[in-house]
Amino acid sequence: MGYELRKVYMDNAAGMPVDPRVFEAMKTCFIENYGNPSSSHSFGASARNALMESREKVARLIGTEKPEEVIFTSGGTESNNLAIKGVAYRNKNRGNHIITTTIEHISVINICKHLQKQGFEITYLPVDEQGMVDPEKLRDEITDKTILTSVMYANGEIGTIQPIRDIGKIARDNQIYFHVDAVAATGKVHINVEEENIDLLSISSNDMYGPKGVGALYIKKGTRIQPVTQGGGQERGLRSGSENIPGIVGMGKAAEIAQERISVEGKRLQWLRDKLIKGVLDTIERSYLNGHPTKRLPSNANLRFSYIEGESLILGLDMLGIQVSSGSACTSKTLEPSHVLLEIGLAHEEAHGSLVFTLGNQNSEEDVDYVLEVLPGVVKRLRTMSPLTPKEMLR
Amino acid sequence: MYSEKVMDHFMKPRNVGEIPDADGIGTVGNPVCGDLMTVYIKVKENRLEDVKFKTFGCGAAIATSSMVTELAKGKTIEEALKITKSDVADSLDGLPSVKMHCSNLAADALHAAIKDYMKKKEVNK
Repeated sequence: MGYELRKVYMDNAAGMPVDPRVFEAMKTCFIENYGNPSSSHSFGASARNALMESREKVARLIGTEKPEEVIFTSGGTESNNLAIKGVAYRNKNRGNHIITTTIEHISVINICKHLQKQGFEITYLPVDEQGMVDPEKLRDEITDKTILTSVMYANGEIGTIQPIRDIGKIARDNQIYFHVDAVAATGKVHINVEEENIDLLSISSNDMYGPKGVGALYIKKGTRIQPVTQGGGQERGLRSGSENIPGIVGMGKAAEIAQERISVEGKRLQWLRDKLIKGVLDTIERSYLNGHPTKRLPSNANLRFSYIEGESLILGLDMLGIQVSSGSACTSKTLEPSHVLLEIGLAHEEAHGSLVFTLGNQNSEEDVDYVLEVLPGVVKRLRTMSPLTPKEMLR
Repeated sequence: MYSEKVMDHFMKPRNVGEIPDADGIGTVGNPVCGDLMTVYIKVKENRLEDVKFKTFGCGAAIATSSMVTELAKGKTIEEALKITKSDVADSLDGLPSVKMHCSNLAADALHAAIKDYMKKKEVNK
C-alpha cells in the first residue's frame, strides 16, 4: 500500500522543474520590468541592466571574466547551430574540415550532416566502450584543412565526461577552434572555459533548473564567427531578435544558484547515483552499467537489463510512481535505438533493455531506496514473460 | 499514450507462460527490432483448448499478446485463423499508430502456431 502515492521523478535530463527562486526572479519581467533593452528610456535601461546582470552570472558559472563573451539564445540546439555553422561559414577560406564524435547530441550530428551536403568534410570520431573520446586519435585526424572540432562536455544519456582539457590543448596547439556542447553538464560539473581552452560553449537553462526555451553560447573574444540568422543585430549581431528578458533573467538566476550549490549538490547526487548503481548491480542478475564508472555526470545512472525491453520497464515503473527514460527504439520517434548506445558497442537487443535515471535536487536517499525496493520486482515480472530469459534464471 | 485496456493487459497479462506439450508453437519478431513473441496452442477436437504466450517487447507487444490469447481461447481453428491484427488492436481500444506496425505481431504469432499445428498433423497422418 502507499506505492501509488509515491512520486519519484528521475528523468531530469528530459525536463527539470524550475527553481522557485528562478520563477520569482522571472515574474517581475513579465509584469513590471517588461521594457525592451533597445529602448532609450528608463524601461529600456532597466531591461538592459537585467540583461547585463544575467550575462555576468552565466559568465561566472563557466569561468570567464568577460560577460560580453556570452550570447543568449533559445537553447542548446540554437547555440550548437550558431557555434558550428557560424564558425564553419566564416572560416571556410581556411579549410572545410570539422572533427566531431559519433555520440554527440542529435543536434550536433544533424548540423554536421547538413554542412556535409554543403561541401564540408566531417570526421565522426568513434568512442570506446565507455563512451570516451581518445584525444590522441582526435589529434591524428587533424589536417591542414581542419578548422573546428566539436566535442560534448558530457553525454546526457550515458553520463560519460570527456577529457575536455586535453582536447582543448590539442585544438589550441593546432590552431583550430574548439566547440563544446555542455548542455548536459551545465550546472553539474565545474566548467572553466579559460583553463580548458574552450573557444565556444553551448549551455542550456532548463538543465540547471531554469526555464525552457533559453540558452547561451560562450564565444571567446577574437573567434571568427558569423551569424546564422539575420535581423536587428541584437547580441553583438550574432543573435538577432528581441531579447527574451524573462527567460534570460531566469537563466541568470539559475546560473547563480547552480554556482552556489554545484560542489555540495554534486557530491550529494554522486553519492545517491553510486548507491543506486551499486544497489541495482548487486541485486539484479544480468544488469550492467552503461558509460564510464567514475568519469560520469553525478546525476546519471544508465543501466541495462538483459532479456527485457526498456519501454515496458518505463511503464512498469511509472505504475509505481517512478519516472525514467530509456534508449530503447520503442520509445523513440524513429524506432531506432539510441545512437549513443550503439556507438559504445551494444547490440540492438542490449540497447533496448536500457534505462536512464537522471537524478535532480528533488531526489532524496528515500527515493533511491524506493527504486531499489521495487525495481527488482518489475524486472523479474518482465523477465518471467520474456521468451529470451534462460529457464534456469526463473527457478 | 496507451488506452486503459492496453495498460490493464500490460499490468495483468492473461495466459503468460509456455505449454510444455503444445500442439503448435509460433514465434514472430526479432529481438533486434525490440519485439519477439511466441504463442503456444493446445488443440482438442479442432478447438484451441489452451493458448499461452511469452513476449519480449514494449507495452503494446505484451498487451497485444495477452489480448490475442483471450480472443483465441475456445475458438475453432477456422475462427482463430480469422483473428486479425486490427481485431486485436480494436479489442484493446486502439493502439498508437507508431505501434500498429512494429508491436502488433500477436495475431501473426497465433497464425504461425496454428500453421505449425496443421503441419505436424499432416506429417502424423
